[in-house]
Amino acid sequence: MPFIPHTEDDIQQMLETIGVNSIDELFDEIPAELRCGELQEIPPGMPEMEVAKLMQSRAQADGQPLCFIGAGAYDHHIPAAVWELTTRGEFYTAYTPYQAEASQGTLQLLYEFQSMMTGLTAMDVSNASLYDGASALAEAVLMAVRGNRKAKSKRVLLPKNLHPHYRRVANSIVRNQQIELVEVAYDKSTGQVDMSDLEKHAGEGFAALVIPQPNFFGVLEQADALTDWAHQNGMLAIAVVNPLAMSLLKPAGEWGGQGADICCGEGQPLGAPLASGGPYFGVLCCTDKLVRQMPGRIIGKTVDMDGKPGYALTLQAREQHIRRSKATSNICTNQGLMVTAATIHMSIMGAEGLQRVAATSHANTQKLTQALSSLPGVEPLFRGAVFHEQVLKLPLETASALSGLAANNLLGGFDLREDYPELGDAVLVCATELRSDEDIESYRSNLEQLIQSQVQAAS
Amino acid sequence: MSNTPTDRRYAKSHEWIKDEGDGSLTIGITDHAQELLGDLVFVELPEVGQSLDAGGDCAVVESVKAASDVYSPVSGEVIAINEALDGAPETINEDAFGNGWMFKVKASDLSELDALLDAEGYDALLAEEE
Amino acid sequence: MIYDHSRKGRRATAQAPLEKPELSGIPEEMVRTSRANLPEVSEMQAVRHYTRLSQQNFSIDTHFYPLGSCTMKYNPRACNTLASLPGLLSRHPMAPDSHSQGFMACLYELQEILKTVTGMHAVSLSPAAGAQGEFAGVAMIRAYHDARGDEQRTEILVPDAAHGTNPASAVMCGYKAREIPTGEDGDIDVDALQAALGPQTAGIMLTNPSTVGVFERRIKEIAGMVHQAGGLLYYDGANLNAILGKVRPGDMGFDVIHMNLHKTFSTPHGGGGPGAGPVGVSERLKPYLPVPMVDYDGDVYRWLTEKERPNTIGRLSAFAGNAGVLLRAYVYARLLGREGMHRVSEFSTLNANYLLKRLMEVGFDAAYPQRRASHEFILTLKKQAKQLDVNTMDFAKRMLDYGVHAPTTYFPLLVPECLLVEPTESEAKEALDQFVEIMRTIKEEAENQPDLVKQAPHTMPVKRLDDVRAARELDLAWKG
Repeated sequence: MPFIPHTEDDIQQMLETIGVNSIDELFDEIPAELRCGELQEIPPGMPEMEVAKLMQSRAQADGQPLCFIGAGAYDHHIPAAVWELTTRGEFYTAYTPYQAEASQGTLQLLYEFQSMMTGLTAMDVSNASLYDGASALAEAVLMAVRGNRKAKSKRVLLPKNLHPHYRRVANSIVRNQQIELVEVAYDKSTGQVDMSDLEKHAGEGFAALVIPQPNFFGVLEQADALTDWAHQNGMLAIAVVNPLAMSLLKPAGEWGGQGADICCGEGQPLGAPLASGGPYFGVLCCTDKLVRQMPGRIIGKTVDMDGKPGYALTLQAREQHIRRSKATSNICTNQGLMVTAATIHMSIMGAEGLQRVAATSHANTQKLTQALSSLPGVEPLFRGAVFHEQVLKLPLETASALSGLAANNLLGGFDLREDYPELGDAVLVCATELRSDEDIESYRSNLEQLIQSQVQAAS
Repeated sequence: MSNTPTDRRYAKSHEWIKDEGDGSLTIGITDHAQELLGDLVFVELPEVGQSLDAGGDCAVVESVKAASDVYSPVSGEVIAINEALDGAPETINEDAFGNGWMFKVKASDLSELDALLDAEGYDALLAEEE
Repeated sequence: MIYDHSRKGRRATAQAPLEKPELSGIPEEMVRTSRANLPEVSEMQAVRHYTRLSQQNFSIDTHFYPLGSCTMKYNPRACNTLASLPGLLSRHPMAPDSHSQGFMACLYELQEILKTVTGMHAVSLSPAAGAQGEFAGVAMIRAYHDARGDEQRTEILVPDAAHGTNPASAVMCGYKAREIPTGEDGDIDVDALQAALGPQTAGIMLTNPSTVGVFERRIKEIAGMVHQAGGLLYYDGANLNAILGKVRPGDMGFDVIHMNLHKTFSTPHGGGGPGAGPVGVSERLKPYLPVPMVDYDGDVYRWLTEKERPNTIGRLSAFAGNAGVLLRAYVYARLLGREGMHRVSEFSTLNANYLLKRLMEVGFDAAYPQRRASHEFILTLKKQAKQLDVNTMDFAKRMLDYGVHAPTTYFPLLVPECLLVEPTESEAKEALDQFVEIMRTIKEEAENQPDLVKQAPHTMPVKRLDDVRAARELDLAWKG
């Protein structure tokens, strides 16, 4: 029997000890009419080699295309050691470190992770992760509403140039608590938050302003000015960042006069494979002042009975298992294993390694932009400075361009039509450090052919 | 021998309240309550100026394994808080009835005090809970 | 600390690009000038450091881990290997359907398997963990009432024995959580429930078997009462392992259910996640399921999003939830198949009842001795705590010295000095017998050398930690 070690003898002895005649008798407290029969719709079990064949064919079906999509998930190299270590059974098959003495490995690693995240973002404290970047934003919003006691407001400003999925997730999660997310427009020429639209909300009593860096278009925001503006208007500043970008860009903790109050983001670029969108992990950092509003696990350094340093879950009274209906969030299981990978990833790469990855990705996207802009009708849509992602205007319908490229096993970017119809035919592209000059040339020549064939079809 | 001070009154939810005779009332949690909670690690106090309803939660005391709401035994306005607790929550463990006081209110209706227990009544309550 | 191995200027990386290109086009004031405080170590130093840290953990792969309510069963290696095939790892979440059919086929089939095994009408895989599944479930209950204009329903009923996430999830959905007491036999107090039900009742959240490790026998009657009052029933799937392939929440009358795939479907716990918390619903809640979901017309798989499902409670994560966890669960489900599903509940129940019986024989008290154990059971060490002044935590810590991860302690809150023990189906009889011996030994130690137990553990990398200091003098990051 797969994964069940009992022999016939074992079963007999165990039943005798319990004092029943059959395993079935152990279910005698369940009313008979509730019992289900054989579940025919479920396929019969398969040996491992059969399942392996099935999974290999499924994996092959998806074609491993050449990928120029970013849009919140980035194809970076992960050092071989990262997942070799992460999948060690001692990390992979442990659980939440409730028994601290038997979990010092995980606990110390999480403390190191918290240290690295505060190092990267220049914030005071970090938790031990949330589910992903989008749900981390939702938690950051809830945290800001609780934490900004003076504003007594349940409204938060959310720019439209923030990832559309993040905006939807934040809304799904906070709306039942009557929290209102108010949209801020973006400037059509720069792609940045529209300061004049923002000014309309000055003095209106919002709990927080969300500041993406870079924003969904890859465009860099005036983070200093936005942070100061938020603070001048009695709001907290919530940064939504790509943590990889924090190695190169001014970190959230240094924005404006006082720094951002909360910094969240998607941890995926730090060692998680694309893997269809998850598991990734949510980053959540904040100032010392807000630490008790923080959701999720937090690890603290302390000492044992003999004065020897050790690590333990701390500030647990914020959490659902103690505080129940008054907890800061319902989260318990987070993304521990992804954090394990990220911690090892950051250790091996160091600040210098992350900077090289970020700078190379940025340079490759610049190369891609130049190469594609040499084609007629292709040009950057916004004039704002970008980090490693760019919106390009296309001379043909985006959807047909992308499916034409996909037919040649090349994913040409994210179609902005559905979320930003006002932009016309526009595509968001990204070339990470993994895309070579040949890859970029392949994109250019494929797109060139598509444009030419359209011109021919039209003439 | 009971150590419950007789110069004040008690709520069933284990708060004590003392009439200072100058129009202000001092509120804290009882020694029994701090003992149940164990070593306190954090105290969240109301804000000065905040108005309170009798029986409404207005503060939180946290130990490592528990967090407990503190209820105001009377209605009124918060006129002072014990800021020393911020860096030293253990003061409540050490001296719940004295230096471990939590906040002071100006009561809007002193007759609310009559509904509370006296020391004897509170001791009886504890004996019952045993 | 990894930082202890760090030396300024150590560049031993073969893993990053060889060069750092000039940053073009980024204004100077946006560029970082401070040094990010990350360690600078060689790959070998990192490998040694994290290998050594891993060795300071208990895990399923190394120790018996009878952590009640967490279902720490064996995580088959094939699930990891086959979910990590290059074609699956490299798939971008926004890849077009033309390059996603293989992945979507796995998800669709998993939806179908979970639907069947729970007896629900439809399943969405998107919640990232049990707690997010709970949130989704309660949000759907709310969406249902709101859509009917039934806005007076403000309360979610939760048994006092419930996991803390239940009331926390209810509150995140804007509800008040109201507690219902548990009766002496471990079943819910039906009279108290009747008294609590009313036009303000939005629903009830139940775990069955409950967190006290027994099957709620009057579940059909309870379902009838709640439905009669206009409320809906939420099934917390924490204990699904106990009834897999035997009884289905859909047949018990539940309207919505979440499953913890990291429990019942054996995906790894990873030191605290990632999990996955798919939700299943009855017909009437179908429109509200979280997106994305996968649809299949017999030829092509396609995504169902906000566009196709306008009444959805929405999206809960940026992409498709914890996809890699879902793939592992899918592989597990295919390995087990239909005949393997009910074996899970049969053997986890056999193991639990056997272990309980043996522990009672050596002098431990069951919290509900008159009841049949489900896949887990509760011991109460009230007697030991009183007579010997050795409490449950002391027992738990001493177990670590004997190489067993402690069961869940002090949960559920209503049983004093409790240990919640869940052996799972993957443990052999020998492991259970050995656990009984260990418990017997610790009991003797508690009687003869109580200090030995009260100061345990003695053999771990650290002794008992000062939790009070950890919370009072917060040290949450190495500042160098």
